[in-house]
Amino acid sequence: MGSIKRRQVGMLIVLVMTACGVSADAEGEILVSAAASLTDAFAAVETAFEEANPGTDVVLNLGSSSTLREQILEGAPADVFAPANTSNMDQVVEAGENSGEPEIFVTNLLQIAVPAGNPAGITGLADFANEELLIGLCAEEVPCGEFGREALANAGVTPSIDTNEPDVRALLTKVEAGEVDAGIVYVTDVISTECAVEGIEIPEEENVLAKYPIAALGGAPNPDGAAAFVEFVLSDEGQTILADFGFMTP
Amino acid sequence: MNHAAARRRRVGGPPALLVVLGGLGLALFAVPVLALVARIPWSRLPELLVGDVVGDALRISLVASLAATGISALLGVPLAWLLARVEFPGRSVVRGFVTLPLVLPPVVGGAALLFALGRTGLVGGPIYRATGFILPFSIWGVIVATTFVAMPFLVITLEGALRGMDVRYEGAAATLGAGRWTVMRRVTLPMVAPSLIAGLVLTWARALGEFGATITFAGNLQGRTQTLPLAVFVALESDRDAAVALSLIMVAVSLTVLIALRERWWHTL
Amino acid sequence: MAHALIEGLQADLTVLRGSFRLELRLSIPPGRTVALLGPNGSGKSTAVAALAGLLPIDVGRITLQGRTLDDPSNGIYLPPEQRKVGVVFQDYLLFPHLSAIENVAFGLRSRGVAGEAAASAAVAWMGQLGLEGLADHRPRKLSGGQAQRVALARALVVEPDLLLLDEPLSALDVTTRAELRRVLAEHLQRFSGPRLFITHDPTEAFLLADEIHVLEDGKVTQVGSADDIRLRPRTSYAADLAGSNLLLGVASHGVVSVEGQPVHIADTEVAGSVILTIRPSAVALHLRRPEGSARNTWNTAVDHIEHLGDRVRIHIGTPLPLVVEVTSEAVSEMGLAEGGPVWASIKATEISVIPDEASIS
Repeated sequence: MGSIKRRQVGMLIVLVMTACGVSADAEGEILVSAAASLTDAFAAVETAFEEANPGTDVVLNLGSSSTLREQILEGAPADVFAPANTSNMDQVVEAGENSGEPEIFVTNLLQIAVPAGNPAGITGLADFANEELLIGLCAEEVPCGEFGREALANAGVTPSIDTNEPDVRALLTKVEAGEVDAGIVYVTDVISTECAVEGIEIPEEENVLAKYPIAALGGAPNPDGAAAFVEFVLSDEGQTILADFGFMTP
Repeated sequence: MNHAAARRRRVGGPPALLVVLGGLGLALFAVPVLALVARIPWSRLPELLVGDVVGDALRISLVASLAATGISALLGVPLAWLLARVEFPGRSVVRGFVTLPLVLPPVVGGAALLFALGRTGLVGGPIYRATGFILPFSIWGVIVATTFVAMPFLVITLEGALRGMDVRYEGAAATLGAGRWTVMRRVTLPMVAPSLIAGLVLTWARALGEFGATITFAGNLQGRTQTLPLAVFVALESDRDAAVALSLIMVAVSLTVLIALRERWWHTL
Repeated sequence: MAHALIEGLQADLTVLRGSFRLELRLSIPPGRTVALLGPNGSGKSTAVAALAGLLPIDVGRITLQGRTLDDPSNGIYLPPEQRKVGVVFQDYLLFPHLSAIENVAFGLRSRGVAGEAAASAAVAWMGQLGLEGLADHRPRKLSGGQAQRVALARALVVEPDLLLLDEPLSALDVTTRAELRRVLAEHLQRFSGPRLFITHDPTEAFLLADEIHVLEDGKVTQVGSADDIRLRPRTSYAADLAGSNLLLGVASHGVVSVEGQPVHIADTEVAGSVILTIRPSAVALHLRRPEGSARNTWNTAVDHIEHLGDRVRIHIGTPLPLVVEVTSEAVSEMGLAEGGPVWASIKATEISVIPDEASIS
């Protein structure tokens, strides 16, 4: 083969690889701090990413968005930040901790979660005012709790709350166990339990749309890896995976 | 400075290596607390300390920790006595169970409590169906969770003291005509009193600081189940100053009691 | 006589502890003091524990003042608190968290006696034992002798049916021991019930007991009066115990008058009633009047010769009955025979003297 042809083939290979989301530079450990509601979805993203980018090891740091924000602001090392609301991301941006503009990569809607079989016969947000029932919400300080309360306000309901769980997964566990009669979580959370928890729709006019931003971080130990991961999440392949879990495209 | 005094000091003083290592150990404890104190938002402190979040959390923490200590005493003293004095089959297994909460992550403990005593739990389920009584999400849930993690401290401390005590005194009391309860009341317990008190204080301190089991089992609701540690955790999400202020209260309350504990009782631990 | 048998302590017991076996038979009428004399490990503490009720017996029966305390074949076992056995323990076991008077009053308070009545009874007993002013002292502030007396008061104040003393004097130094022996003897006398004490010290046994049971390795090897044990020991151990000849006399200027017989001692200062102890091996026997430095020499006769293995014990008679230990070669060489004349000599320095503060009944 002639040298020119060799170069063309080389460029073609690089183009193809890039289109498939492979950056020749991505390797090593990539630390992703993501909201708890992304637990299952991001696990699948991790698998797919690592398969497409051998030599990388995505480490997921999952928790409540506010805790993760605090960690980042206090200087904990992370490559990517994916909280469940924009205000947490804004605080990180304000502190100059991001590298590159955050982008909304998925949106999520709220849903009422009840234990399988709906033993308490919940029909809608109005039931949340019932003192006889055990009602759980996410703590006000976390996105899920903030949005949940917004939805209840939209519906004109003053809830009789029995517990404010620190993150959405903790709330989901209690609902699944039947220890609370109802809670407000994300649609994706209900889907993730695979029928262990039933979901009751919240009407569109009451519901709140959660927007999930993602950004690579400024102090990232692995900036190339961070960029590659963000790119993957925003790519068609990444979006397809996320949609499988119930997330909606922005 | 004369030679004799200098020599006395050198000869009698502690070895330098021990001082250095001990000092590092102290730093491990002291520095984080000092860092916390350094973050105190002095200007906002009055406003933060007066809020009802603080009042509720403090009240619930004190009520729950004291109740947990009381229940630990009521159940723990007999248990310690049985473990120390009665040779029954499976004694080491029982002791293992008692020590388990010390080893288990508190959240795991909380989950276990939920499976046992929650509304759909092994024991809690039937109770709920029969009486409608629910343990989680109430102050009783907090008390149960804190008792679960704190009582082992009392049992282990007291069992050690009872074993270490010279049982012949109990025999002497018996020959003088004291029945078993009289012996326990007038000889055994007074003789292990320092250990008992130290054990109770340790239990109380653990109960006060309990977080994982409480939040998992009892939930988190201001005014009903939100203890100081829970309030700190939640505050960290949004208002770091408030978190520091709440932490300050915990440190102050704990240090006061622990320092006030007479030194001779520490020796018994 | 049959009536007397149900009084006092009647014990016929066997206790098994691991590989150790204790067999004991005791019959102590009220007013009599029995000593259980034996080396460490012989089972003395086991005996105390069994009688006090701290240890059940395996075979046998214990009755006290007609009440059955322990009878395994009939399923009877009274716990210590129901036995009315007063025990003075070897370490006294005074409750460290209570004051002396609270210790003494403990038994009464435990039986429901009101605080004031118990306190005044305790005060009275403490007074009798010379413990005035010590009421509020903690046990750790008491001297050995004081602690022993508090322990005694504590046991006596509840008026037990049997008084049991475990090595009552062994924890004390020599001088205190002598003083306490007197106190003990006095109170033993005053206690109207049966009394049993255990000891490894033959002097204690000889001076305080009416009857001595020699206990070796869980079995009683000899029962008798002090003289029986001293003069006619049946085992090596008993012989060793009896080892020392015990003489009582009145000392003055270096001479002790023992039943009229002068005995020279080294100590010229001591005066008054004394106890002399002379080891049998310290007495030398001669066929003729010996010359030499020994201050005590006298003519006497051989009462009795006893062979105990390699050792020969010769009892010499009036004016100073003593047990002498010599080798069998010496006996054959000297041709010693019972009834035969012999000269005895003892160096003054070989005689140990201690003031006698015990009253001998």
